[in-house]
Amino acid sequence: MKNFPRIPSGCSIVGIFNKQAKRFSGADILRAIRVMHDRSNGLGGGFAGYGIYPEYKDCYTFHLMYEGEASQHETEHFLEKHFIIERSEPIPTRPHPRISDVPILWRYFLRVKPRRVESFRGREGTASASSPQFCQVLEETTGEHCDERDFVVEQVILINRCINGAFVASSGKNMGVFKGVGYPEDIGEFYRIEEYEGYLWTGHGRFPTNTPGWWGGAHPFTILDWSVVHNGEISSYGINKRYLEMFGYHCTLQTDTEVIAYLFDLLHRRHGLPLQVACLALAPPFWKDLDGNAGAKGELAGALRQVYGSALLNGPFSIVVGYTGGVIGLTDRIKLRPLVCGERDNFLYLASEECAIREVCPAPDRVWAVKAGEPVIGQLEEGVQP
Amino acid sequence: MTKTLIPNEFLVKIDHIRCRRCKRCILNCGFGVLNFQDRIVADHSKCVACHRCATFCPEGAIWIERNPLCFKPNAHWTPESIKAIYKQAETGGVLLTGMGNDRPYVNYFDHLVLDACQVTNPSIDPLREPMELRTYLGSKPNSLQVETVETKEGSYALATRLSPQIKLETPIIFAGMSFGSISLPAHKALARAAHLSGTLMNTGEGGLHRELYPYSSNIIVQVASGRFGVNQEYLDRAAAIEIKIGQGAKPGIGGHLPGEKVNQEVSQTRMIPAGTDALSPAPHHDIYSIEDLSQLIYALKEATRYTKPVGVKISAVHNAAAIASGIARAGADFVYLDGFRGGTGAAPTIIRDHVGIPIEMAIAAVDDRLRQEGIRNQVSLIAAGGFRHSGDVAKAIALGADIVAIGTAALIAMGCRLCQKCYTGNCSWGIATQRPELVQRLDPEEATERLVNLLRGWSLELKEILGALGVNAVESLRGSRERLRGIGLNQVELEILGVKPAGR
Repeated sequence: MKNFPRIPSGCSIVGIFNKQAKRFSGADILRAIRVMHDRSNGLGGGFAGYGIYPEYKDCYTFHLMYEGEASQHETEHFLEKHFIIERSEPIPTRPHPRISDVPILWRYFLRVKPRRVESFRGREGTASASSPQFCQVLEETTGEHCDERDFVVEQVILINRCINGAFVASSGKNMGVFKGVGYPEDIGEFYRIEEYEGYLWTGHGRFPTNTPGWWGGAHPFTILDWSVVHNGEISSYGINKRYLEMFGYHCTLQTDTEVIAYLFDLLHRRHGLPLQVACLALAPPFWKDLDGNAGAKGELAGALRQVYGSALLNGPFSIVVGYTGGVIGLTDRIKLRPLVCGERDNFLYLASEECAIREVCPAPDRVWAVKAGEPVIGQLEEGVQP
Repeated sequence: MTKTLIPNEFLVKIDHIRCRRCKRCILNCGFGVLNFQDRIVADHSKCVACHRCATFCPEGAIWIERNPLCFKPNAHWTPESIKAIYKQAETGGVLLTGMGNDRPYVNYFDHLVLDACQVTNPSIDPLREPMELRTYLGSKPNSLQVETVETKEGSYALATRLSPQIKLETPIIFAGMSFGSISLPAHKALARAAHLSGTLMNTGEGGLHRELYPYSSNIIVQVASGRFGVNQEYLDRAAAIEIKIGQGAKPGIGGHLPGEKVNQEVSQTRMIPAGTDALSPAPHHDIYSIEDLSQLIYALKEATRYTKPVGVKISAVHNAAAIASGIARAGADFVYLDGFRGGTGAAPTIIRDHVGIPIEMAIAAVDDRLRQEGIRNQVSLIAAGGFRHSGDVAKAIALGADIVAIGTAALIAMGCRLCQKCYTGNCSWGIATQRPELVQRLDPEEATERLVNLLRGWSLELKEILGALGVNAVESLRGSRERLRGIGLNQVELEILGVKPAGR
């Protein structure tokens, strides 16, 4: 399943975020995505919810999709070796008339075995997880960086790349992704997402232009707590992918959106660029707008362009990116895909169409079209803990 | 002495009815082919098919044909190999030639095709939307640090200090061609065109004539094994410095400028006596290993106070990838790769035609290697070696080059007919000669304009290609092999180039 050619697609996207970390039911995101039914074609839908597992909020929660029991067995053996499994259970679903060919859906609440991180030596700046030898042994590599999250990233990429028929849908703390083949409103009902409460929800309805019909290909795409829903196609995918490989991210899913999640992880978490600055690298201003802007911002934007040119996301996109601390809305620098924003009280809404916002918030204080290449960043208010 | 056995390569045909006997053809021929004995008479043996006479005959009464003289057909013993043996049997010498490898090796550019957008990602119209070719030559760090500041325009500022970067408005620069091998007007035209187009010219190994000083910010100066013209002033008058280890046309051997081309001006610029052969040695006599190279890189950086990029030019050879990696780690800011179709003013034919590898393979191998080692950002990758049009340029960039350099194409823009006789110093077009009566034929103004036009045309075409690919910045094409497909290549070739076959 993982070897399908890259799948271009159209789509609907939506995000609802509460800055006070007040949790609300997944029913809202379901209603918002439902009104944009015509933007998808029944070949993919999905949701990310943040704050949905408060009782396990310190555990990495892996949502897994398995094509068969053999894949599950192999993956669990792998997980047991590297993690303490606090809890392991099927992801609750309900039978749905329009959802079929369901893979095995399982979730694990995990802690990293401390000695695993100490002995973890994935060499910084090299493609350790992408070497074929690595796949055969499924063992830790050698190297220098010892961040626990780097270790988790590498394990996720290993499972996706090397275990046949297993695919990690999400791997962050206190968040989870629910996705599959079908219209998003049906997928949401199938996963019973109205039963969860979160402070940030994103949703996606998919219109791929060919028909692989595999569950891993639906959005959101994730790594750690980053999740991305995307409308568009990354025309620069080829170089974005090769760029990420230099830093050990191996793109296994053959879907352009995957690179966005990894780029946020690389630029923000690993390189320490503030989100605003990371967005400036991913959707940079044109040179004509920088020339003559000799100030600090012009200098920074110019240097970002020179150093992070291979990370530039080119081609049509509007994205909603979720992470533990908030939500980011961003479009490509000539805005070839729609993105509308709305605000009311402590809520921030992002959607492909205004109707989706008004469906759940009939009278927003403010509604505006996001400017090309300019990020909208909603963050938890200071002192607020998710 | 017996008459030579070497048959004439070309026949000069003259229509004596149309000919008005104006003798313009005689004046124009740099090779002394034509004579007037009651009417125009040609010594066919001297003709090189440079077409100067045919171009300037007002009556169209003169033209050149390939000598139809037939050797008995033989697939193995081609006319070229037979004639070469005659020549060597008569002279006992090394056969010389000019320009790039002309043998029919596989041309991988012609087996690669580019992608275009349809529906799901829209193509972008370069006539209506910004389309960016700007490229920076120089070493980049792997990541940047920012600091928080409170200013009216933004709250973040750059905290990392970048090493020297040269801004190019197009990813195409001129390749190294020395003053000496080419004429001063040609050199001046390259410098001016680079200046007007926001790009770079490269002095080659012949030093920098004073008349080019005004264009310093658009000049790469070369430090080659002969060290011709290298002094502090030379280094100071440059935007970047290039250590030349190898040249695509003649990997592993040094430079050859026949004494005939070393006139007063050339002698002063190169700092060598007039009339002497300028033969730069095969290796640099102070570079016998990578650590020596590193020393020279840093010596040049010290000499210029770390204000300009210092790079290294090598020929594309079998282990170019490992060498390039070593060069990057030795502190170079750019690696210049020259493929086996790269040109030359003079080279032994046997070396030109049989040593080195195609630039397409070298770009792919070097880019892969630098990425595997996580050091791709450390160097800009310049590729050269027979780029014929913007399609080749786009494909080279997609394979992984940051910048391409054009030499032969630039000469052709100035009028070169690829007669491959640069080493004789008789170039009828005033390009590869120092004979005053020939040099004066090349009008530097006109040549500048033609070069600017060429760069403009190719740059516009690159923008069309980017637009068709649905991207509006050249960095989104650079190294994006996903946008290439191979036709008629075997599995191993596809693997080395890192591209999928067409249809997949």
